[in-house]
Amino acid sequence: MHNPSHLPRPSIYYNYQVFKPWLPTENGTQEKKQVVIVGAGPAGMVTALELARHGVASVVLASDLQFSQGSRAIVFTRRSMEILQQVGVAHRITENGLPWHSGNSIYRGQKVFRMETPLDPDDRFFPMINIQQQYLEEYLHDACAANPLIDFRWGNKLVHAEQAFGVVTAHVDTPAGPYQLETEWLVAADGGRSEIRSAMDLKLEGASFESIFVIADIRIDLPFPTERLAFFDPDWNRGNTILMHKEPHGIWRVDYQLPPGETPEDALRPESLQQRIDAQLKMIGFEGTPWEMDWSSVYSARTLTLPDYVHDRIVFTGDAAHLLPIFGVRGANTAFQDAQSLGWHLAYVLNGISPEKLMANHSEERVGAAREIITEAGKSTRFMAPPSRGFRLLRDAVLSLSLTEEFVRPLYHWRTSRPHEYKHSLLNSTSDDNTQFTGGPALGAPPQNVQLQHDDFLLDHLGGGFDLVYVCQSQSIPHELLHAVEAAKNNGLPLKLLAISDRDIKVQGADKTLFDPQQRFQLRYGVSAGGAYLFRPDQHVCARWLEVDATRLLSRLQLAVMQ
Amino acid sequence: MNPSSNLDIAGLEQVYDRLATAIDQAGPEKSELFLVKLALLNAKAIGRPDLFEAHIDAALKDLPA
Repeated sequence: MHNPSHLPRPSIYYNYQVFKPWLPTENGTQEKKQVVIVGAGPAGMVTALELARHGVASVVLASDLQFSQGSRAIVFTRRSMEILQQVGVAHRITENGLPWHSGNSIYRGQKVFRMETPLDPDDRFFPMINIQQQYLEEYLHDACAANPLIDFRWGNKLVHAEQAFGVVTAHVDTPAGPYQLETEWLVAADGGRSEIRSAMDLKLEGASFESIFVIADIRIDLPFPTERLAFFDPDWNRGNTILMHKEPHGIWRVDYQLPPGETPEDALRPESLQQRIDAQLKMIGFEGTPWEMDWSSVYSARTLTLPDYVHDRIVFTGDAAHLLPIFGVRGANTAFQDAQSLGWHLAYVLNGISPEKLMANHSEERVGAAREIITEAGKSTRFMAPPSRGFRLLRDAVLSLSLTEEFVRPLYHWRTSRPHEYKHSLLNSTSDDNTQFTGGPALGAPPQNVQLQHDDFLLDHLGGGFDLVYVCQSQSIPHELLHAVEAAKNNGLPLKLLAISDRDIKVQGADKTLFDPQQRFQLRYGVSAGGAYLFRPDQHVCARWLEVDATRLLSRLQLAVMQ
Repeated sequence: MNPSSNLDIAGLEQVYDRLATAIDQAGPEKSELFLVKLALLNAKAIGRPDLFEAHIDAALKDLPA
């Protein structure tokens, strides 16, 4: 019998709601499901919301009765916000989060590197926004609960999953005992310690670093703006690195590396935490400022991924699929991209638009993304937590040189998570004008937002299917193009035709006309009247034409869904 | 190696003495750090990663057991 705790988790800023468990005894016989998602973290819930957006129902199994313990993922990137906008929760994070765009690296009391990411008027969202993961989970859960296609089951723990002949059987335990659930697909979004991954004996590939870091959330009144603070080799923790991030509700995340040989148990003793946090506060000039502990944990840097995320009808996503270092905010931010990708790929297979082999493309694209992240994150990790004597010497030499030598300072750059370009996607083809463009996002690239008018952005209008954005020179669209779009729609393909016009008109035949008085789209996308961009359901660029025609559009669309 | 080197004997002797005294000045604890800093500054001045790697290969040769 699975008995998750009914006691709200402790927190000095967040009131945990304890939800009622879903009990098989109170619900009727379970018919076969299309998708069962194991895990109710950011990856699981975004997958459910994205699937629902494409009309696919799912069951979400949450082992506990409440949101996760502690702030965990706190920094969310612009692309994450764009994905969260697609599933309808970004506005709540904007309302309550702390946006930022600058970071500082400090060595020997001197600011040796400052990076300011400029704010682009074409972006709706800041490069980064900080909010505790409980809030993110709450907002995602509210969206799931409001969606009739999502069957959210608290207190349901997956015990075992087996698959045969295209059916997965999930053995689920609950506070009222076990039950079985048959499903066409099972999504393992059960986190870094995925029991499904272990039970299937799947091996992660990559490296683990020995250094251990402590994360502590404290409430303290510090007069600093929301910026990243990184302290290298301070007197109180020689050779090691300390990070500080501001969170809502007067909470600060302090993140420090442990000296080699110290165990996590020792490091998490209250006296040890107190002594180190006091030392850090002293170093930044706030000795004796009162503070209160909320939550602490430890982690070690790992750069690991499964080589394949799709195993017949069981699909791994988020931390269950890969373990990425915290430097550069790559955990949850990668999970959103995984979940968004999984959502549309799986929905297109289940909706009968694409053959099952489309799932291989999902795996290939996202494993490629994980490997790229691992290469990038490996560099950051080798600087933040040098894995050998040689790397430590080089890092220390750079720290020392950075006080006077400008040229080494860019090595402090922490290479923040950025979305992967699907340059080598199986869905790409040469039947467009990609290579003739001189600007704009290329084939496979994530989208560039555009501010069309005040508080009206391109990405507000994309998503839920394929989007053909056509730059109009008059009030009408060529008949052949309209017929092609109509033919694709009649063939069951979710496709919207968006006309961009610099005049405030309604373009005939378009599903929507976007008024772009300053021709910002043309500028940012390097395209003019008669040209078009085709966006995939994850808003990555699927094709682009300087002059679009019906034949090439139709053949391109067929290829993009593997028809 | 760099064929266009114009480090003559007098120059080499000057570098020899200055480097030796600088290592002593840095002291046994810090001489390694000092040499890595120096290598990075030289790499910057050379401006060619491939040439720097050739220097690394040359310097790794015949290290006494």
